Amino acid sequence: MAAPIIRLSKVCKRYGAIVVADAIDIEVAGGEALGIIGPNGAGKTSLFNLVAGTVKADSGTIAYRNRDITSLNAAARCRLGVSRSFQIPHPFSGMTVFENVVVGAAFGGDMSEREAYAKAVEVLELTGLKAKANAMADSLTLLERKRLEMARALATGPELLLLDEIAGGLSEHECRELVAAITGLRKTGISIVWIEHVVHALLAIVDRLLVIDFGRIVAEGDPKTVMASREVSEIYLGIEADA
Amino acid sequence: MQWINAIVQGVLVGGLYALFAAGLSLIFGVMRLVNIAHGDLIVLAAFLALVVMQTLGLGALESLVVVIPLMALLGYVLQRGLLNLTLGSDILPPLLVTFGLSVIIQNGLLQVFTADSRRLNAGALEVATFNLAGIDIGVLPLVMFLAAVAVIGVLQFIFYRTALGRAFRATSDDADVARMMGLDNRHIFGLAMALSLAVVAIAGVFLAVRTNFDPASGPARLIFGFEAVIIGGLGNLWGTLAGGVILGVTQAIGAQINPGWQLLAGHLVFLLVLAFRPTGLFPRIAG
Repeated sequence: MAAPIIRLSKVCKRYGAIVVADAIDIEVAGGEALGIIGPNGAGKTSLFNLVAGTVKADSGTIAYRNRDITSLNAAARCRLGVSRSFQIPHPFSGMTVFENVVVGAAFGGDMSEREAYAKAVEVLELTGLKAKANAMADSLTLLERKRLEMARALATGPELLLLDEIAGGLSEHECRELVAAITGLRKTGISIVWIEHVVHALLAIVDRLLVIDFGRIVAEGDPKTVMASREVSEIYLGIEADA
Repeated sequence: MQWINAIVQGVLVGGLYALFAAGLSLIFGVMRLVNIAHGDLIVLAAFLALVVMQTLGLGALESLVVVIPLMALLGYVLQRGLLNLTLGSDILPPLLVTFGLSVIIQNGLLQVFTADSRRLNAGALEVATFNLAGIDIGVLPLVMFLAAVAVIGVLQFIFYRTALGRAFRATSDDADVARMMGLDNRHIFGLAMALSLAVVAIAGVFLAVRTNFDPASGPARLIFGFEAVIIGGLGNLWGTLAGGVILGVTQAIGAQINPGWQLLAGHLVFLLVLAFRPTGLFPRIAG
């Protein structure tokens, strides 16, 4: 395995009695696509919040390219190369699609105005949003908003992209379009961590799959093997291993 | 002709009200902060201009070269060192802290400058007039109005044509997401307050040239500023200019009917707008 781009070591986070991360250890290699599944409330989005810097870990360390970023805020992590999309799209609704993406490029990617414009055009093309560049963000359809989430995250020039249930709510056709777009992304060498309930979309992309439940990693490995594992059956179907 | 004259004078004084209001509108638009000390900061800028004029021997309008950057610096430091700590989901802490700041500024100015009324001398400009179609127009009120239009135009340009403006709008739209796009909200809010106090500096100097001021003059300016912002519409800069003009014209019409009704007429229009169009006549911000 190539050198890890991100490494979580014994990361813990709890809200009162609820543990959302229980001594989590994860490594993602450069260029790798890691999928994360688990039931609702398992701690998947909390894990993204910890990696992106939206919430601080109670204990443990997070290293990005061997640099400890545990105490860095979200803006600093973004500028280093960690970017995320949201489960529910959060576009800057008072701006055009182009402006949304330029914000990501200019500030997250630390680019000049001219570079940010060029980057925005490139990313909008990649995500299939070029025709909508001058539309107001709040006028977009759900698929377009999800694409905008991805475009804005990509505009920051990330080396690690965190995708949070980006296929949720999409039709089968839209889902296929999204998978094609992410497949294209992978060719750029970017590392992806993708939380998803639409498992067939996830399996079309990821190299490795990780299952989380109650803030703990309960299974990890080759996607097909993990999907056939006892742990996944127990979590999703309630089937006991020896039943 | 008297009525037309009153309306024209009202429009011109509305420019000054728009200057009072522009800084308020800007920071409310960016960070939803209601700055109760805004009027006192206008008066502080006026006193600062007084000191600059006496120390450096500059004219009233020339003092802006020094007062604008000093007030902008004060704004940035104030935001980073104090006001950022009060921002959050609860709107009460910034209200209380800026109210406290208002009391501190008033008493600080009282201590240093006493309660005496002052005025900045702008020389011949103060009394210069010209006649346009039978209406006497003061050069100074006209300069103030044009300055207000220019300030609003520059702010509008910054907001919609520059990277800083995009940062303001992104942070205003969703501060958490903006942070995840690499924006340092604390710095952005600091820059917004710096810009707001740069405008306050202009408003303060024009106020001090137009009328007497003393350490207790701030709250009345705050009220005019608030009224212009509310009438014009929350977060809309051109709306703020329109709000200032509407307030100025209403006061002028009130005064024309009865001199005692000048301020009352302005307050009544404000209350009517608040009652029937609480987001103002030209709102940009819904919540």
